[in-house]
Amino acid sequence: MTRRGIERLAMIAILPLALAAPFLAPAYMTFFTFICIMIVLALTWDVLGGQMGYNSFGNILFFGIGVYTTTIVQIGLFADVGAYTAAYGVETIELTRNQFLIGLAVGLVAAPLLAVAAAAFLGSGLLGLRGQYFAIGTLGLGIAGGELAAAWGWIGGAFGVQVPVFPGEVLERRLLFYFLAFALAAATFLTLKRLYAGHFGLAINAIRDDEDKAEAMGLYTTRYKTIAWCIAAFFLGIAGGLVGQINGYIEPREVAFAGASFGIWMVLMAILGGKGTIWGPVIGAILFYLMKEFFWQQFFGWQRVALGLLIVVIVVFFPIGILGWLKQRFPARFGPSVDMVARAKPGAGSDGARR
Amino acid sequence: MDMIGLLFEAPPLALQLVIDGVLIGAIFALIAYGMALVWGVMKIVNICQGEFVILGGYISYYCWEAGYPLVLGVTAASIALFALGWLLYRTIIFRVVEQDLFISILATFGLAILLAQSMNQAFGADVRTADAGLGNWFLFDNLVSIAAIKLVAFGATAFVAALLIWFMRRTRLGQAIRATSQNARAARILGIDTHSVYAFTYGLNAAICGAAGALIAMIWVIAPFGGLIYTVRAFMIVVVAGIGNLPGVIAAGLALGIVESFIGFVLGAQFQIALIFVLLVLILVGRSLRLRRQRKVLE
Amino acid sequence: MTALLEIRAASKHFGGVIANHAISLVVPEGRIVGLIGPNGSGKSTLFGSIVGAHPADEGSIAFEGREITKLRTPEIARLGLIRTYQQTRIYRKMSCVENMLISAPAARETFLDMLRPRNDADIGEAEELLEFVGLYAKRHLPAGSLSFGQQKLLEFAMALMNRPKMLLLDEPTAGINPTLINGLLERLKRVNADLGITLFIIEHNMRVIMNLAEHIYCLAHGELLAEGSPDAIRGDQRVIDAYLGVR
Repeated sequence: MTRRGIERLAMIAILPLALAAPFLAPAYMTFFTFICIMIVLALTWDVLGGQMGYNSFGNILFFGIGVYTTTIVQIGLFADVGAYTAAYGVETIELTRNQFLIGLAVGLVAAPLLAVAAAAFLGSGLLGLRGQYFAIGTLGLGIAGGELAAAWGWIGGAFGVQVPVFPGEVLERRLLFYFLAFALAAATFLTLKRLYAGHFGLAINAIRDDEDKAEAMGLYTTRYKTIAWCIAAFFLGIAGGLVGQINGYIEPREVAFAGASFGIWMVLMAILGGKGTIWGPVIGAILFYLMKEFFWQQFFGWQRVALGLLIVVIVVFFPIGILGWLKQRFPARFGPSVDMVARAKPGAGSDGARR
Repeated sequence: MDMIGLLFEAPPLALQLVIDGVLIGAIFALIAYGMALVWGVMKIVNICQGEFVILGGYISYYCWEAGYPLVLGVTAASIALFALGWLLYRTIIFRVVEQDLFISILATFGLAILLAQSMNQAFGADVRTADAGLGNWFLFDNLVSIAAIKLVAFGATAFVAALLIWFMRRTRLGQAIRATSQNARAARILGIDTHSVYAFTYGLNAAICGAAGALIAMIWVIAPFGGLIYTVRAFMIVVVAGIGNLPGVIAAGLALGIVESFIGFVLGAQFQIALIFVLLVLILVGRSLRLRRQRKVLE
Repeated sequence: MTALLEIRAASKHFGGVIANHAISLVVPEGRIVGLIGPNGSGKSTLFGSIVGAHPADEGSIAFEGREITKLRTPEIARLGLIRTYQQTRIYRKMSCVENMLISAPAARETFLDMLRPRNDADIGEAEELLEFVGLYAKRHLPAGSLSFGQQKLLEFAMALMNRPKMLLLDEPTAGINPTLINGLLERLKRVNADLGITLFIIEHNMRVIMNLAEHIYCLAHGELLAEGSPDAIRGDQRVIDAYLGVR
């Protein structure tokens, strides 16, 4: 079967599976939901990290902005945010079903917009940095986000915010967020697939391989870089909004701007699967999340240490990722091809006819 | 902003902040020197720098708790960290030393997480400090107070720095390190075993961090997840000063200490960490804009 | 003949080193002009100044009568002035066809073009040009896996894909198998004659440049030493001295 055939089959097979999954295994619904979120995180990191060669440790900032924006907007539509956060969750607000859903919808629209605005603003400065300077500059960005949120009392400061209680049954809430997360993952995947297939994908790949050459060939690289970051921020903003809601409680350093968990996982998932590919981050996200769950069950207490070790092992011993390894192992199926056949339509003299 | 007014009304207060800043800034400079060493010689930005510092702090803390003198704590921390650094190089870092930069950043970032989580498990999440019990010195009618241990730490920092300079300039190993940093391939051709040089350099850096951490445990506090901020401080200092610019590293380190001490005073401690990271972003962006105007690329 | 590229008294220094001093020259439209000079005489620096990689400190550079001295690299490239590099610069992990596609005229590129899939016309053109330089069979290989000489040919094809009005070629034959040089010369002449692309070529191989160029400028120590027809340059004592190191 050709590569494209496998790809198409996978995409067709996933849809009914994903739709049926929560009904086949309802106990694992939250697990499936997080798999979808992880796929979004890995895919969006790969836009810059894999496809464009800009390794960001700060994408978690956009995620965090999404976390806060969604819930603060949801609360702010129907209550006074300052008073609500000042009560540290002692006084909760009871939203009706409609209020909750409207608030969520507006919040999930506002979150990506704010995240994109932040990416556009920060990108103009930070995307001029290269190599390790960009990596560490963005690392600072993610942490600065968390610390600033922790110092800002209006949004709850270090104590965080209690998410409004979902007015309905537990199962209903789980289903709602599962389907939202799945829709987001699917939208992210299809959007990026489309973008990578076009001029945009070529341009950011060119920036990865030789940015100065791309400029010398007439590409406005800064524009591409900023748009790439905005696209990542858009989906991350929504993902953050969903995670905050699913979690039911928002806190700046561990939930929203969680650099030590989501922030580093997204990098790792993309690398594990194979960075610079569209399927790599998807495979990496699923595999990594399975491993993470396994660690959490097996190494009680030491799971975070084990995870740290896993990071080192993957990066040091397996930096090419699963798809990279497949390309090396089976070049005939996954690698490039040489064909020695002459061109089907010989273009004799057509050089002159080009103009 | 009342705090700024206070500074004008009571000039000794400003002096207090400057002194505090200089004393702590010297330790920042020491950590940054270690980072610049690894960066210059091995072309690796060592993200687990701060975790080495914290680990050194724990070693000296437990020495202090067991009742040993402070000097022993500093020495033990340096020796243990040298061994750890050497071991890490021989097991992990040597695999990433001549690969692309991002791999080494990510690998040392992974090590940072591994070390921080291990320390959290082993030593608990509590904030620790080794109180030397040396008391305070008072100046200007008790308006300015200086913890004696900070002066001792400053002296120790200066001593370690002098030792390092002597080592790099005068010993054969120091010369081998400098040769490797200028051109690793040429050094290899001339018979220098660059992997040994790298292993030693990485161990030396860890030892420097260990000593710095031992001092920090005495004058400040340490906590398992407090490492990253030291990495970022060191990184900022090296970026501002440049690699291989020792006076620059010292000046930038002291300046950072003073800036932090004023920021912490004026805006409050809850903003201090946030502002360090904001400062990092500003420094990097400022530098990139300046280079862009000259149409050079920061690489 | 109108002047396509006109440089007036351009100077460039890096720190205390004067790389170019008051260089004035003209490249007329539709011609092939050569630029020679010993190593370190400032040829590549001049190219860098022309395409805006590091703008000239003094003097002016005009393309089609328009001042471009201070424009940025991509803007100059979009005017149809493209350079190639002495050490090849290609997108190593992308296939040859992709290398070509990304070089398609950037002028067409608007925000919506980014979303559009690759179009067949561009692919056809890319394959045609790859065939023109003899790389058609390798079109799906990553460009980084090509030999140095093949990378140079690919870079040349990429420049053509951009449909430039003028090409600045930095030592196009260096590193190319000598048996292939004649073929390359043939192609350069065809590009000039059939496509009407003006060529400005740095070259160390005297046989090549004397054969190719209609007019030659010679630099030494960052200054313009001599100019003239290939025959005049060949006989110029100052040029011979410069190459032999006599001052």
